[in-house]
Formats: sequence, C-alpha cells, structure tokens
Amino acid sequence: MATDTAPPPAPAKKADERVREVGRLSKVLTRPELGAVAGVFLVYSFFAIMAYENNFISWLTTAAILNRAAPLGILAAAVSLLIIGGEFDLSIGSLVGFAGMSIMVLVFPSDAGGFGWSLWPAIFVALLIAIASGAFNGMLVVTTKLPSFIITLATLFIFRGLTIALTRLRTNRTQLGNLDEVGGFSLADTLFASEIHLFGAKFRVSILWWIGLTVLATWVLLRTRPGNWIFGSGGDANAARNQGVPVNRTKVALFITTACAAWLVAVVQVVQFTGADTLRGTLQEFYAIIAVVIGGTLLTGGYGSAIGAFFGALIFAMVQQGIIITGVDGDWFRVFVGVVLVVAVVFNQYVRQKAAQR
Amino acid sequence: MSDNGTPLLEIQNVSKYFGSVIALQDVSAFVRAGEVTCLLGDNGAGKSTLIKVLAGVHTPTSGHYYFEGEEQHFESPRDALDMGIATVFQDLSMIPLMAVWRNFFLGAEPTKGWGPLKRFDVDFAKQTALEELHKMGIEIRDPDQTVGTLSGGERQSVAIARAVYFGAKVLILDEPTAALGVKQAGVVLKYILQARNRGIGVIFITHNPHHAYPVGDHFVILRRGQVYGDFTKAELPLEQLVQMMAGGADLEVLQHELEQAARGGGEEADALAGVAENIGDELEELGD
Repeated sequence: MATDTAPPPAPAKKADERVREVGRLSKVLTRPELGAVAGVFLVYSFFAIMAYENNFISWLTTAAILNRAAPLGILAAAVSLLIIGGEFDLSIGSLVGFAGMSIMVLVFPSDAGGFGWSLWPAIFVALLIAIASGAFNGMLVVTTKLPSFIITLATLFIFRGLTIALTRLRTNRTQLGNLDEVGGFSLADTLFASEIHLFGAKFRVSILWWIGLTVLATWVLLRTRPGNWIFGSGGDANAARNQGVPVNRTKVALFITTACAAWLVAVVQVVQFTGADTLRGTLQEFYAIIAVVIGGTLLTGGYGSAIGAFFGALIFAMVQQGIIITGVDGDWFRVFVGVVLVVAVVFNQYVRQKAAQR
Repeated sequence: MSDNGTPLLEIQNVSKYFGSVIALQDVSAFVRAGEVTCLLGDNGAGKSTLIKVLAGVHTPTSGHYYFEGEEQHFESPRDALDMGIATVFQDLSMIPLMAVWRNFFLGAEPTKGWGPLKRFDVDFAKQTALEELHKMGIEIRDPDQTVGTLSGGERQSVAIARAVYFGAKVLILDEPTAALGVKQAGVVLKYILQARNRGIGVIFITHNPHHAYPVGDHFVILRRGQVYGDFTKAELPLEQLVQMMAGGADLEVLQHELEQAARGGGEEADALAGVAENIGDELEELGD
C-alpha cells in the first residue's frame, strides 16, 4: 500500500472561497420555483403583446386568469407535496367527480333517487369518502409496493366508474342540479363560491383558498417535521426509513391530502355551478401534475416546492385564458399546454444541472 | 475470552435464513463500551445481513440479541435507534438532494411551539449541525449545501457526527471506508477512534484489514455466513489477519488461474498478467 497518491490540494482559504461563491450562486439557482417565476413573466409578456388589442392587461383578464387557476392551484398544492414525497396520484380528477357527485346524490330529493339531506352533512360525508379514498390509494401503494402510477391509474377508473355507475343506479341521470334549493346553501355559497368585487372585476373566493393552501403547504414542507419526512421519503425512502422516518405513514397521509384537495375543489365547483356532472374533474390529475412540474418539482421526488406549483397553475391558466382572449381556436389549447410543459421541464433541468455543477 | 467489563451489545448464535438460503449460521459477537469490534469478511460473507440484524432491519430467524444485558426483539430500526444503537449504512444514510442540516436531523427533528403551531426548529437545527460537524473537523460554510455536493468521506463523517450527537451508545458502521481514497479513509478512521474515546462501542464492518487493524480492539472474521475466527488484537498480528481475510490458499489458486488466462495473449492478457503478479507480490509479503 505504498502508492503515493498526491494529497489533494486543499489549502483552507482556497476551499473557503470556492464554497462561498457556490453558496451565493446556487442559492438563487437551486430554488425550485425559479423556472416557474421566470415562466410567469415570459408567458404573461407573450400574451400581453399578442393579445394587447384584446385587453390582456386588464383587471378583468387578471380576474379571469386567477379564477381559472384557483381550483387547479388547490389540487397542485397538494400534488406538489405528494410528488416531492415520491408518489403520484392519477385518481384525483376522478375523486373531484366522485366527491362532487356524492354531495349531489346526498342532497338530491329522495323522490328523485337522492337522500334528501341538507348540504353541510353531505359536504362532511363527502370529506369522509375522500379521506377513505385517499387512504385506500395510500395503503394499496404502501402494502403492495407497486408504483403509485399503476395503483392510482387503476383507481382513476374505479372512482370514475363508481361515480357514473352509482349515480345512474340511484337517480338514472349523469347530471344533478338545483343545489341552491337545498338547506345550508347560502353559507356554503359565501365560503366557497362568492365573488369579491375589486377594480371592477369579480375575483372568486376560491383564489383565497388557493393562496391559503399554498402558504400552508409551503409552511408544512419547510418548517415542520412532516415536511422533512416528505423530502426524505421522496429523496430516498430506504435511507429515510433507516433514519427512523415513518415513510409509509407519511405517504398515506400525502394521498389523503391530495384526496382532500380534490374534495375541496369538488365542493367549490358543486356550489359554484349549483350541481355536478359525473364527468367533472376529468383530466384534472394531469393538469395538476403539469402545474407541479412546471413549478420545478422533480418528478422522481425529493425536490420541489408548493410555491412553484402555485406559479405552475398560474401559467397554465394564463395560457388557457390567453388563447381564449386572443381569439385563437380553443382547439389549440392542448398543443400550447404541451409545448409549455416541454419548455418548462427542459428549462428546469438546465437550471438544476447548472446549479449542480456549481 | 478475557472478561474486562460486560458487553454493551451482544449477539449469541444468531442465524438468519431467507427461504432456503442460509445467510447467517450461529454467529456470535459482542462489543464493549469504549471499544471497537471489527467485523471482517469478503463479499458474500454475510456482513450485510449481520448489519441489518444488528440495526433492527431484519429479525433473526433464531438466536439471541442482548443490549446492556437485556434481551431485545427489535421490530424496526427505530426501536434500535431509540435504545442508542445507531447504524450508518453505506450510501444509505444520507439523502443527496437534501440540505446538510435537514439530513442531520432527519427522523429526529427538533421542534418548538406546541399544538398546531409545533414546528421544526430550523435555526437550532442549522446551527447545531454546523457546530457538531465543526467538532468532527468538518467545515461547511453553508448548512443549506446539499449532501450531494459533499465528498464520500464528508458524507460518512456527517453520518457519524449525527449518530454521536444523538447519543448513540453503539455505533454500527457499514463499510464506511469502502469507496474512499486513502486520505479520506484515514479521516473516517480518526472519527471512529474519536467516537470510541467518547465511550461509544463501535462495530466497524469492513473487508479491508488494513483499515480495521489500526482502530480495532477485537476482530470477528466472517466467512460464508459463519464465524471463522474471533480474536483480540493481542492475539492476532496484522499479517495473520490479512491472510485469514483473503484466504491464502484461495489467492494462490486465483494467481494460477490468472496466469493461465494470460497465456492467451493480447492486451487483455497483459493486464491479467499484471494482476497475477500483484497477487504474487502480496502473497510474498504475507509470507515474510
């Protein structure tokens, strides 16, 4: 063992300089939401120019964008935590439909196949159903150790199928309405669907829910023990487990969280539209994942932010509203979304590599 | 065996089977406080399984596990950790994407406040992580630096510092020097001695006798899932340890085979001849 490896040149001062430089640079570059913030400016500027004639820069348009972004953002806040925790949930779109339809069937007049409940007990029971569904997803993932992609792909169909089948079985319909005639509606309307008049535009109260949940998710992620467990579980479940992190419990809790977010969106939409449709929420799971990924969260887990998901949802809604307002055929919307997604992911990856190289 | 002090941790006749595979058969070993027990063995000797039994990841199929004189049945690594048995797994104890301070306190985060406002005491965590690493001689400017940017030796050192900070009575180290350069391995060995001097019982798993010998008080050699030998340092000179580890006879066979392969000719053969020669040299060294 006489091989004379040259001792690594490590004079303390030189090392200091290097580390310090890295610190400043990477601190900005490694913020997961950087790409999304840049994206917000980019997309806004794009439509501000393209749709200048159509008053893109106006309170009316701003309100329309935020109103669109809110339900998606509520889902994305929860989904960002789940993806950072290393799992997927493809079933939340179906759960939006499931929870919404549960509420409607429970409050629907009993002579028309419903249960004739008043609104609040129905909302509460729908929450229990959502929690049970999330727990079911989580337990299935944790016990089978199968990829959550597969498990929740299955429950996507199961929950949607149950929504359609059970609703038809009881009421023989696929759409239920007239929620505003049900007891307890006015309070629910104030809480979930009222409009705030500002600057001559109408902002929906769900925007506040969206902001509040983003703040809450960020706080949990960055400033609580479960937040550290989420990063650990997603970063390396084995290592986290070896350190005594309750990985399975964390993951099940995350699935319940996304299910609860789906429930909240369902409540908001049911109250807003005073009814539900068995197909409501279709594709929302993908939109939420897109918002989260645009927000800089690593699809493989262990890295990301809820604030990024906030901006991701905002970008998504800006593209949607921008296309409508520009007068471009709405058929092109998905093409735009796909392009934005690819650009965002490439940009995020580029930024992360830059940061990793120091 | 000489009896100076009762063992802190002891396993007796531990066996572990995976279906028809016998991973461990009647393995016994112990460590006392303030001593280093080295578990040596080549690939496939059963080291990994033994670590997992010691760490509480695997429950042994049969045999006894004593800690501080009392028999234990661990259900999870958390149980073992709560008793003060900390295991530093090779490559498996740090999460590269997470900041140093988050890693340091992962699974045992300090909190402040109560009720729904109970939160991770971030300032305390950052400061403590920096201080504890400083005590171990690791200088990190920015606790927000991710572990992925640390070198292999630094990662091991952070893991050891973490275990020591959390009041480990027994520290189980899984090949902490395996992937390291000469200098970094030396640094890690230094931390092992520091931990020992603080009264911690250290179980040091390695396949490198040159790393084990300078720090070990006590050597258990595993081969094919069984204890091949159990020695104190006084009973065992380094040369003998090396020889037992490698299995002198096996090496001779290997040298012979390599030389035969080398006669095939070509570049590959030249390289093989070089390897065979090296093994020959090592054997000679052992003979001296």
